[in-house]
Amino acid sequence: MSETEIHPRTVPPVPAPRTAAAPAPRSPGSRLRGLLGRIGPALLLVSVGLLAWQWCVTAFAIRPQVLPSPARVLEQGWAYRDQIWANTVPTLQVTAVGFAVSLALGWALAVAVDFSPWLRRALTPLLVASQTLPIIAIAPLLIIWFGFGLLPKVVVIALVTFFPVAVGLIEGFAATDRQATNLLRSMGATRWQQFRYVRLPGAMPAFFTALRIGITYAVTGAIFAEYVGATAGLGIFMNLQKNSFRTDLVLAAVAVTALLSITLFALTHVVQRLLIPWYGKDRRARG
Amino acid sequence: MPAAELAVQGLVKAFPGPLPVLDGVSFDVAAGEFVSVIGPSGCGKSTLFNVIAGLDRPDAGRVLVDGADATGRVDPFAYMPQQDLLFPWRTVLDNTTLGLEVAGIGRAAARERARRLFVPFGLAGFENARPFELSGGMRQRAALLRTVVQDRPVLLLDEPFGALDSMTRTDMQTWLAQVRTRFDWTVLLITHDIREAVFLSDRVVVLAPRPTRVHREVPVGLPQPRTAGMITSPGFAAVEAELLDALRARL
Repeated sequence: MSETEIHPRTVPPVPAPRTAAAPAPRSPGSRLRGLLGRIGPALLLVSVGLLAWQWCVTAFAIRPQVLPSPARVLEQGWAYRDQIWANTVPTLQVTAVGFAVSLALGWALAVAVDFSPWLRRALTPLLVASQTLPIIAIAPLLIIWFGFGLLPKVVVIALVTFFPVAVGLIEGFAATDRQATNLLRSMGATRWQQFRYVRLPGAMPAFFTALRIGITYAVTGAIFAEYVGATAGLGIFMNLQKNSFRTDLVLAAVAVTALLSITLFALTHVVQRLLIPWYGKDRRARG
Repeated sequence: MPAAELAVQGLVKAFPGPLPVLDGVSFDVAAGEFVSVIGPSGCGKSTLFNVIAGLDRPDAGRVLVDGADATGRVDPFAYMPQQDLLFPWRTVLDNTTLGLEVAGIGRAAARERARRLFVPFGLAGFENARPFELSGGMRQRAALLRTVVQDRPVLLLDEPFGALDSMTRTDMQTWLAQVRTRFDWTVLLITHDIREAVFLSDRVVVLAPRPTRVHREVPVGLPQPRTAGMITSPGFAAVEAELLDALRARL
């Protein structure tokens, strides 16, 4: 391969570049305003709802066993913070392990399906079927089979989160532009190289969408699995408090669950920004 | 790699349907020649290109590069599709080295080779930019750079400027007309733009619509390098009129 032919004999003139102006870096102040602009409406709506709730409980003198006021939920939740925290940690652990298993399985399956049309045809019905399983009926059976330990909870979380992760990835791979595939083929790329250079990075935005759906299901899945039977965790805590008519503590645990989900959800955005920083900028540039 | 000659002999390609898409397409491109293929839309230009590029196999016929059978082979051709297909997860430089990386050339060596072309391609200073920071014309030049840096014997350009606005397209055509006289390239260009075909080519192949055959071959006798002023010359207008007639006769 000689280099002279490809090297210019003389440098030809070049049309003046019409460059799109690079976006100006955002100041910390405008970033804070941006954040407020994004979460402000939600905060406002939640505040209005809580105030209305508080007012109803006071105005109609509702018994706290039926419906405690938000203030009472907060106060009692704080008083029992040690117990709640002690039950939050196991729930987080179960969620993390279950979701990690789900991610590993989802990736393995999606990659396998991407490489084999036969596997795609064989596994797609099974994937859909896994979503029609009535978890509410199966979860108690899992306890009977696997006991009160980690395993039945991991299975429940995997069952509810595996589908969105796997399907998101499979469709992300499959959404690869046909022309991009042709370009890679024209370069002489093997199927593996096509996957590595185009299909995999191109599927990352779809993966993060799937991740967000999956992670919220994972928390609810964990709570549900614990509700059916566990030695510790927010799920079993809610069940026990309900049995002793501590509605306020049930709701306090619900609030913690919601916070947990929102935090994990936000975390996926952080990870996304670290792993595929090009994605948001590319989308903004395209308008 | 020096420019090679390309011979397309009796290509036939049918898809399920009443008529074959390609029905015996034959033409030659000499080494270092720039030939455009024009034809009415839907006449199978892209199918022809995919078959020549080795992405589709023909039902009959052969593709020869320097006399050797290259039917169904991708390696003699560097292919530039209509969309720029620059990947946002790679920098501009790493986009241009993709073909070299696929071919197993080390990253440093590939970058070194691509980097040398950034000045003639008007992309100097944008090596580490992301594709979305480039203008449409620059993106297209980066895509062309990615194509030629593979150093393959024949360049296949599939409507490379089709998606650009008309000002940028004119700039790009002028630039390509000049840059190509300084490199030793054999180029086959697909376009539906008659003016572009005349302006850039040594010869224009006119396709007849389905079933697709070569209808006419029109040499463009204008001197090299082409300049923007030639577009209004009588010689240019004559070739343009001849091509327009050839296209109309078949519609």
